[in-house]
Amino acid sequence: MFDNPALLKAVFGRLTLESFPYHEPILVGTFAMVALGGLALVGILTYYRLWGYLWREWFTSIDHKRIGIMYMVLGIVMLLRGFSDAIMMRLQQAIAFGGSEGYLPAHHYDQVFTAHGVIMIFFVAMPLVTGLMNFVVPLQIGARDVSFPFLNNFSFWMTTAGAILVMMSLFVGEFAKTGWLAYPPLSNIGYSPDVGVDYYIWALQIAGIGTLLSGVNLVATIVKMRAPGMTMMKLPVFTWTALCTNVLIVAAFPVLTAVLALLSLDRYVGTNFFTNDFGGNPMMYVNLIWIWGHPEVYILILPAFGIFSEVTSTFSGKRLFGYTSMVYATVVITILAYLVWLHHFFTMGSGASVNSFFGITTMIISIPTGAKIFNWLFTMYRGRIRFELPMMWTIAFMLTFVIGGMTGVLLAVPPADFVLHNSLFLVAHFHNVIIGGVLFGLFAGISYWFPKAFGFKLDPFWGKMSFWFWVIGFYFAFMPLYVLGLMGVTRRLRVFNDPSLQIWFVIAAFGAVLIAIGILSFLIQIYVSIRNREKLADFTGDPWDGRTLEWSTSSPPPAYNFAFTPVVHDLDAWHDMKRRGYTRPLEGFKAIHMPKNTGTGIILAVLSIIFGFAMIWYIWWLAAFGFVAMLAVTIGHTFNYKRDFHIPADEVIRTEGERTALLAGAAQ
Amino acid sequence: MKRFLAVTILPFLTMLTACNAVVMSPSGDVAAQQRDLIVISTILMLIIIVPVMLLTVFFAWRYRQSNTEARYEPDWDHSTQLELIIWAAPLLIIICLGALTWMGTHLLDPYRPLDRIAPGKLVDKQTKPLQVEVVALDWKWLFIYPEYGVATVNELAAPVDRPINFRLTSSAVMNSFYIPALAGQIYTMPGMATKLSAVINHPGTFEGFSANYSGAGFSGMKFAFLGLSDADFDKWMAGVKAQSGSLDRNAYLELERPSENDPVRRYGSVDAQLFTAVLNRCVELGKMCMDEMSSIDAKGGLGLAGINNLHPLEYDKYTRRGAIFAPPATYVARICTTEEEARMRVSQPLLSPRDISPVLGAGLPRPVSAPLFGAPRRPSNS
Repeated sequence: MFDNPALLKAVFGRLTLESFPYHEPILVGTFAMVALGGLALVGILTYYRLWGYLWREWFTSIDHKRIGIMYMVLGIVMLLRGFSDAIMMRLQQAIAFGGSEGYLPAHHYDQVFTAHGVIMIFFVAMPLVTGLMNFVVPLQIGARDVSFPFLNNFSFWMTTAGAILVMMSLFVGEFAKTGWLAYPPLSNIGYSPDVGVDYYIWALQIAGIGTLLSGVNLVATIVKMRAPGMTMMKLPVFTWTALCTNVLIVAAFPVLTAVLALLSLDRYVGTNFFTNDFGGNPMMYVNLIWIWGHPEVYILILPAFGIFSEVTSTFSGKRLFGYTSMVYATVVITILAYLVWLHHFFTMGSGASVNSFFGITTMIISIPTGAKIFNWLFTMYRGRIRFELPMMWTIAFMLTFVIGGMTGVLLAVPPADFVLHNSLFLVAHFHNVIIGGVLFGLFAGISYWFPKAFGFKLDPFWGKMSFWFWVIGFYFAFMPLYVLGLMGVTRRLRVFNDPSLQIWFVIAAFGAVLIAIGILSFLIQIYVSIRNREKLADFTGDPWDGRTLEWSTSSPPPAYNFAFTPVVHDLDAWHDMKRRGYTRPLEGFKAIHMPKNTGTGIILAVLSIIFGFAMIWYIWWLAAFGFVAMLAVTIGHTFNYKRDFHIPADEVIRTEGERTALLAGAAQ
Repeated sequence: MKRFLAVTILPFLTMLTACNAVVMSPSGDVAAQQRDLIVISTILMLIIIVPVMLLTVFFAWRYRQSNTEARYEPDWDHSTQLELIIWAAPLLIIICLGALTWMGTHLLDPYRPLDRIAPGKLVDKQTKPLQVEVVALDWKWLFIYPEYGVATVNELAAPVDRPINFRLTSSAVMNSFYIPALAGQIYTMPGMATKLSAVINHPGTFEGFSANYSGAGFSGMKFAFLGLSDADFDKWMAGVKAQSGSLDRNAYLELERPSENDPVRRYGSVDAQLFTAVLNRCVELGKMCMDEMSSIDAKGGLGLAGINNLHPLEYDKYTRRGAIFAPPATYVARICTTEEEARMRVSQPLLSPRDISPVLGAGLPRPVSAPLFGAPRRPSNS
């Protein structure tokens, strides 16, 4: 059978023994480590008999809190992968001087920087942001879950499926060598005939379904499931930013889906949307992908702005300054996010008027953003600032982000962009806003809401270690890139001639090492916190003297979040309740209607991995099987009528009774 | 925090002045104006940024929890005057910056012919700009000098203080043509022509490269740009002309094959229609040019007969081009003979496309109009 190439092709498509990169020592080593780590994990889970627990309580869970936590775990795991790529790039660029080719051949290096970008945006930043929104938003609006709990579980698993496909490309075949946005013609079949771009397309398409559905879900949740009395202008700011972000997701992600679908038609059936010949036009792709891509940037940063608003107000012990203008600023940014995409390619040769238009709309975004910064400033003004970890991240953000904002506005001036476009200055700029904005925000959010999720605070010592290594590491890693950009060094270069550049790359690599220590400290922080959880425990459910509803329930919150739906009278509802001498009701509990767990989400995700993998490798029978199976499972799920159950009143009474005892214990 | 910022940023600033930041000290007038814009915009923005950073540090320190002397007003959350300042201050800066942007973008539009070669030095009407046709190949640069009938690979020369008009395209994938010392970059895209006007003010050898990732050989896609005095330029040109190599269509197809880190090549003669053919993707004899195709289509097309005009693609620099479910790759055969086409192009020389953008900067001259026939697709988002 093995000497019949036609049969082999029918069974395995273009998958051959050569598709496995066993001749690349770096990859074999990585594979060995991943395999050993995976085996150890499987062993531990089996030894402690955790599989059933994980399946019942987590994988099939439709509880928004658990899904939120799983998103965070996914994001942190993928951060390690994305960061490994970053370290590899920094090392390559630091040593590839004076005739040295470095240690990465082009074939490998080009995959590394593509994977770094794709992973960091789609599988680190997006899951972390979505995870926080998932966990916090229903709690902040006094809801018991999201609008469509099953959809939530399904979204998470689809995102994970995309991440798994990207990870598979490491050991089966290769990833795209096109840069993270896969511009054609380079990503067309003529110039990228390998599986890399197909991995890219299918990973993003599958994960994109998850992102889009989770966007729909959260919009519906925020619009329809707010506690009585919580009008739109009494929404917590984080929920406002989450609403705007999800509106952006719902409106922008279909564009990505469409443009990738067109690209796959070009690659699979030979259409000519983005080819060089027969009327195809690659510029169309560049426009479309940035019509998604620019709102994507705000999808990431808006929730971070929300986190900073919550943190600043809580740790300054003060109402947020200018709530109304904060909300309007967020909405204005949401709308303007759609009017600026062309600033990513001023150098394409559009007319001066078009370029000016997009340059000026871009600058206009800095006005509401500036207003936000001032609002945080005046929230601190006449406050009593507690420098806990979330607040430290916020201060670091305010100082770092304004630099990134300034270089961003600079890049929005088209003539300046002509000399800085695609340079390391640009790379420094977007890392400045994504790390200094999104990531610092996520870390602030993680340390802020961690006690809510688990009932104990994170260890402050390792948290501060992580903070300082991250912040200082950031400056060392990216300030040199600004300088290199001004020296006319472009991005994605693998080797360099000019020896005078080397010192800057060495400094940047040093910064990356500091960040690595920062990430390590963060992991140690989680480990130490779990070990010392008794000492760090918080029984009040309100460790920071919080102001919004999530702090009114226990930590971790019960499955039903609130035994009684809270009634809201003021912005900062929980602060208002505390001030008016709120007492927790101790009787009158009723059975609570809740949705039931289901494994359909994870099954569909596995099938979509199979389908995607088969499409990538041209294994048509398997693709057909995967597709039909997905349809069958989806239709089958519509016949599942056992979707809900009631938490009996007794159990509610018992849970709330335990909390009463804990609160009494904490008060003593 | 403040000390830490000072410690991290200051050394960079001081080192920046010491090192060779070509973007900050270019040798061409266009790049110099772009540099000036960077400096002015940065200063404008610092008017807001510096107070914000100082206030952040000051408020964080002043209102720390342990400082019980500071006023504490937990319910103070609104001040109309402050809100006005908060929104107005950035707005004012952006209005200034916006005006600057509008003017700068129009004045420094890469498509606009230069009107000065240095501050206070207007372009002499007698001087004809140097024409250079640029083709980005995988992974090297081809420069054609149509007035001189010569071509070079990975080496470009221009006389000091004489405006240069580049027309650029690409043979395969997108690249970006960038000489930091000379002027800002512009994309080169297959099947499309972009333009760039620039002038070099100081003699010297400068680095040029592709600033848009284009595949495996991207890192080596560099060339030397020589700014030469008039005499040196003539000498250099004579040297190129003396080369025996000729870049005809076959030689081009050979050159076009992907290669990395190519040495400098000089061709003493070049096919006069080569750039037009590359741009219209019809270097291979027998292939219909894109402009011809579009003008046939504009007149209603060939109908069903057009399908019979497809021929299977035999030569291709890539081994495998077709999508898995696509019929075998084809090309559209040309209808006129090469001689006919050459005659046609001579009678209607290819000039710049007509600029139809309705809005122009106040007081700026409208670019010269040109006949529509043979106009390549100009990348335009308008």
